[in-house]
Amino acid sequence: MKAWVFGDNIDTDAMAPGRYMKSRIGEIAKHCMESISPTFASAVKKGDAVIGGRNFGMGSSREQAPEALRHLGVAVLVAQSFAGLFYRNALNLGLPAVVCPDAKRIAAGDVLDIDFEKGKIKNKTKGEVLDCEPIPGHLLQMVHDGGLLPHLEKRLKK
Amino acid sequence: MSQTLAEKLVSRAAGKAVRPGEIVTCKVDLAMMHDSAGPRRVKPMLDRLGAKVWDPDKVVLITDHYLPATDEESKRIIHIARHWAAETGVQHFHDMQGICHVVLPERGHLRPGMFVVGGDSHSPTGGAFATYMFGVGATEMLGVLVTGEIWLKAPHTIAMEFSGRLGAGVSAKDVMLFLITKFGMDGGQYQAVEYCGDAIRALSMQERMTLCNMAAELGAQAGLIGSDEITKTFLHLKDMERWDSDPDARFLAHHRFKAAELEPQVAAPHSPANSKPAREFQKVEINFAYIGACTGAKLEDLRMAAKVFKGKKSRVKLVVAPASLRDQQTAEREGTLQVLLDAGAELLGNSCGMCAGYGALLGPDVVAISTTARNFKGRMGSPAAQVYLASPYTVAASAIAGRIQDPREALA
Repeated sequence: MKAWVFGDNIDTDAMAPGRYMKSRIGEIAKHCMESISPTFASAVKKGDAVIGGRNFGMGSSREQAPEALRHLGVAVLVAQSFAGLFYRNALNLGLPAVVCPDAKRIAAGDVLDIDFEKGKIKNKTKGEVLDCEPIPGHLLQMVHDGGLLPHLEKRLKK
Repeated sequence: MSQTLAEKLVSRAAGKAVRPGEIVTCKVDLAMMHDSAGPRRVKPMLDRLGAKVWDPDKVVLITDHYLPATDEESKRIIHIARHWAAETGVQHFHDMQGICHVVLPERGHLRPGMFVVGGDSHSPTGGAFATYMFGVGATEMLGVLVTGEIWLKAPHTIAMEFSGRLGAGVSAKDVMLFLITKFGMDGGQYQAVEYCGDAIRALSMQERMTLCNMAAELGAQAGLIGSDEITKTFLHLKDMERWDSDPDARFLAHHRFKAAELEPQVAAPHSPANSKPAREFQKVEINFAYIGACTGAKLEDLRMAAKVFKGKKSRVKLVVAPASLRDQQTAEREGTLQVLLDAGAELLGNSCGMCAGYGALLGPDVVAISTTARNFKGRMGSPAAQVYLASPYTVAASAIAGRIQDPREALA
């Protein structure tokens, strides 16, 4: 998985700009991160990772922000810290979000191997392993199920 | 055992005394949604689960984003909201009455002690009424609608204490721009921020709402103010339980400020954390002034702007979008609205509008000063537009001058 690196305080308006919010996720995703990196949406590949600095996902409660990233195929988010609301939204959508104090050691294009259960990021390009916080235990099953909706579906069927 | 207000509120909802940092499950007293994050998102999910709303009487639906609905997509979204209220039996439906964070307490849905979730990031506004109210995304809201519960990491509390009194021409918005710049947009650490001290107690309810509203920009989960006579009067309550932190409660941090030392602030593009005293921006020319949003177009905000305008005209394009219909009607009756119209204001509807990039968008040449909460790049239109954030006093003074202006001279 290839790393796409962003800075501190990346906000939800950048990920899901207001003027497209009336449209469906396919349209919103085309403009994801446009104001920061105009080529990101078309260049990111399924299975890639997005790396942020501090306070990744600050701003709105709009779920379309992590949803756009998921729609583009992003498989995992890594950041030095996440805005709390965004963090819950990402996990609820089954998009793993991993807190890594050393996230800034990852460079654009680095090839990564991420174990979000154990809390380890293997940077194959740099040949180093970063420690990170594993996804909280009480949310792990939900993330494995693909998010809160499929998780609730399972629970209600029982 | 002494507790902070946040600990008391969460303990009540969890049915047991909670420790900060503990993961708990809370019963939700009220769930508020708007047209954007509400029915158009949750209906398909509820249908997929074959689930009903746990208690329609505990749900409030408010239309405020896609209004006025001028294009097909907006009309569809509003239509879904209206239909959903009817088919699920949600009676508390406020259609075209104004922005959710202002309409919710206005219509008597909040009282001190409640545990409330809102499908919008400015939901911390409700904390001004000594409720634990915070923002959630649409799937999280679905979980609440189906189960009536939500998991929470019991918060620590960061106390922001202001002694004395704010000076003339200095407002809650200035307090927030100052705090956000000092502590950063993650300074709230996704914990509860509590505003306290004499200067806070002296604030009107709507000024308190502005403080709690922008706890979101501090990165707090909730912004709280203990209840008092002002709360009771505003909510028209005959009886009211007292909800406040115990005197010896333990805070994660306790910051103390002298309110009288605070000057009017302005946040430069593109962040609320980019604030300095207004007088440091005096050479900046503007060509647009916006008085809108839950943060800055409530009745008190309109009054603040009118106090500065009082008969003078705006030199630049001035747009006013009152945050609620009731506030607009009161402003009309008392003459406040006329002062703004005489100043040259173009009146827009009671909706979120330009704040979040809905409706008319700012062009690339716009240099705006706005009473809203966020000036992120591209949020209100073109990424080249420059948006400065300020209080209604400062926005009005700047509109008159045609450049950013400390409002205190105009108010002397």
